[in-house]
Amino acid sequence: MSFERIKEKLNILADAAKYDVSCASSGSNRTNKNKGLGNSTGMGICHSYTEDGRCVSLLKILMTNYCIYDCAYCVTRKSNDIKRAAFKIQEVVDLTINFYRRNYIEGLFLSSGIFKSADYTMERLVAVAKKLREEENFNGYIHLKSIPGASDELMREAGLYADRLSVNIEVPTVSGLKLLAPDKNYEDFTKPMLKVKNEILQYKAEKKIIKSTPKYAPAGQSTQMIIGATGESDKDIMYSATHYYKNYHMKRVYYSGYVPVAEDKRLPAIGSQVPLLRENRLYQTDWLLRFYGFHVKEILNADFPNLDMDVDPKLGWALRNMQHFPVDVNRADKAMLARIPGIGMQSVHKIINARKFRKLNWEHLKNIGIALNRAKYFMICDSSKWEKRDLEPSRIKGLILQNSSGKFRKEYSNQLQLFS
Amino acid sequence: MINSKILVYDGSFNGFLTAVFTAFDEKVSVSDIQREDEYQSGLFSESETVITDNVKAKRVWYGIDKKSHTAIKQIYFAFLSESKGIEMLLYRYIRKLFSKLDTSPSDYSDGIVLKISQLAKSVGREKHRMEAFVRFQLTKDGIYFANIEPDFNVLPLISKHFRSRYADQYWLIYDVKRKYGLYYDLKKVEVVTMDLKELLTNRIHKSDSLTPAEYDFQDLWNNYFKSTNIKSRINLKLHQQHVPKRYWKYLSEKREVV
Repeated sequence: MSFERIKEKLNILADAAKYDVSCASSGSNRTNKNKGLGNSTGMGICHSYTEDGRCVSLLKILMTNYCIYDCAYCVTRKSNDIKRAAFKIQEVVDLTINFYRRNYIEGLFLSSGIFKSADYTMERLVAVAKKLREEENFNGYIHLKSIPGASDELMREAGLYADRLSVNIEVPTVSGLKLLAPDKNYEDFTKPMLKVKNEILQYKAEKKIIKSTPKYAPAGQSTQMIIGATGESDKDIMYSATHYYKNYHMKRVYYSGYVPVAEDKRLPAIGSQVPLLRENRLYQTDWLLRFYGFHVKEILNADFPNLDMDVDPKLGWALRNMQHFPVDVNRADKAMLARIPGIGMQSVHKIINARKFRKLNWEHLKNIGIALNRAKYFMICDSSKWEKRDLEPSRIKGLILQNSSGKFRKEYSNQLQLFS
Repeated sequence: MINSKILVYDGSFNGFLTAVFTAFDEKVSVSDIQREDEYQSGLFSESETVITDNVKAKRVWYGIDKKSHTAIKQIYFAFLSESKGIEMLLYRYIRKLFSKLDTSPSDYSDGIVLKISQLAKSVGREKHRMEAFVRFQLTKDGIYFANIEPDFNVLPLISKHFRSRYADQYWLIYDVKRKYGLYYDLKKVEVVTMDLKELLTNRIHKSDSLTPAEYDFQDLWNNYFKSTNIKSRINLKLHQQHVPKRYWKYLSEKREVV
């Protein structure tokens, strides 16, 4: 193969693929068969990190960046004047295998601009995955993009070779979609999602009866939403995310702060700041919903449509619900421990184990690793020293902010001045 | 102390377990357990050299495993940290496990338990990092070769991962610091020691022992690494936190900055 030509294509098609945030390589369970190449165990591996701090775990490229659509938010939209390129199927296979053998990657994440038609594009993605699995005996991780509008038959075949499938919903609301991607229908996105969900359910049911049922997308499906491109509130975004978790059994919903890629009066101008802090708060909320037992309505509702920027969402919730605190860490149940600001699920687990042996005091809790600067206002332990003053929530917030530092602090320092 | 002894072992995990066996079996009051290459005689205690006995070591291993599977795993991991005084810390922990006092590997409010679980955690992290940061380079002999320099002695821990992943290629991972490596010949993994003529780290000079295409693939990988970066989100602090500088010389994508 000609390395120079491949290099050029790789630069173009990796550059175009980088706005897809998902780089998960976990959650699958493919073992190495017949002394073949590769495996994907439950645990993902990040083989490197880019200078923006994101994990590099998969070879993330587009099959082609030619596209018949003109979605305003997308760098490969038809009307954008950029270099175009397309990989041959064998080229993607060779790159994947050679990178994998050198332990650069966990596998392949293949997406594509929509060329000719949805089915034509999807067919080519499936062909790459099929070749990797059947000709190269490759058992590494494969993430394929479900092309909006692809047929059920192709989605069925895709899941037989891929570990994960994903459709990016990109715009969290139907009205936003109409504005930014006028040639796409909402149903084009949900149709492949629904098919994949049903196939996964069917696979799980059949597997119970016939153990050798071929795997179908063992790492599930995911989706992604752009943050800050149109004027949605955090409530819109998280309610929408909850909808996809619930109705399509998403493994993950990713939130991607919008990086302006075009001059378009419907969108933030080029050079506007990527909303990194907001993205961070949304991920924190996502975690609270999936692992901490919170309901989305507790955190975001008509009275609080947006997350606090200066404190994390759990602390924000606690400050609005002081009636639940202080919590006695030596007695409270797991669900309540998980709601104390500054205590993560790892610490909850350690506390529950450790308190079987003795009552825990501040020293123990500090060694276990909880963030006392936040937690101490919301809990009591085996000590006569605890926060006895009856502090107003706003005062607690001020004290916490005063006695801590945050990486995003300079971005809201204006708000801080209100408290001092 | 009267009659307290320093036990000296060969530095292997089995050697350490044999020392523990000896201590229990002979009811020795142990003042320290030391590797023979780091042995320092004590002023008031005599020393005894323990000869590694796999049968005795196994008895200790299974004895602890029966008490708690988490405990034996943590003991093994913490041992590989090679941190100073780790032997006595582990010995005290093992004594606690077998004493009448109820000690459990999940009692995180106990100082020794917490310390060992933290050490084991660090070693586990280094293991995971090596599974990520090993960069194979294809030699003209058709062997995928990587040299590494891990903080802890994690080669024994990563063997299984690479064996089950790269089952159809010859590979060799060599620990430059500890001067031994693992070699897989399509059937089994062997421990090898050898004289490395040259280290394959990031240098401009190209090595004759690698296939010419090797450098092309490294070049492609470096290009990919650059293209996938989003400049408007740059966060070098986070980057360095994830890929600490001490590993850079072995990562071809960081060649330009080394």
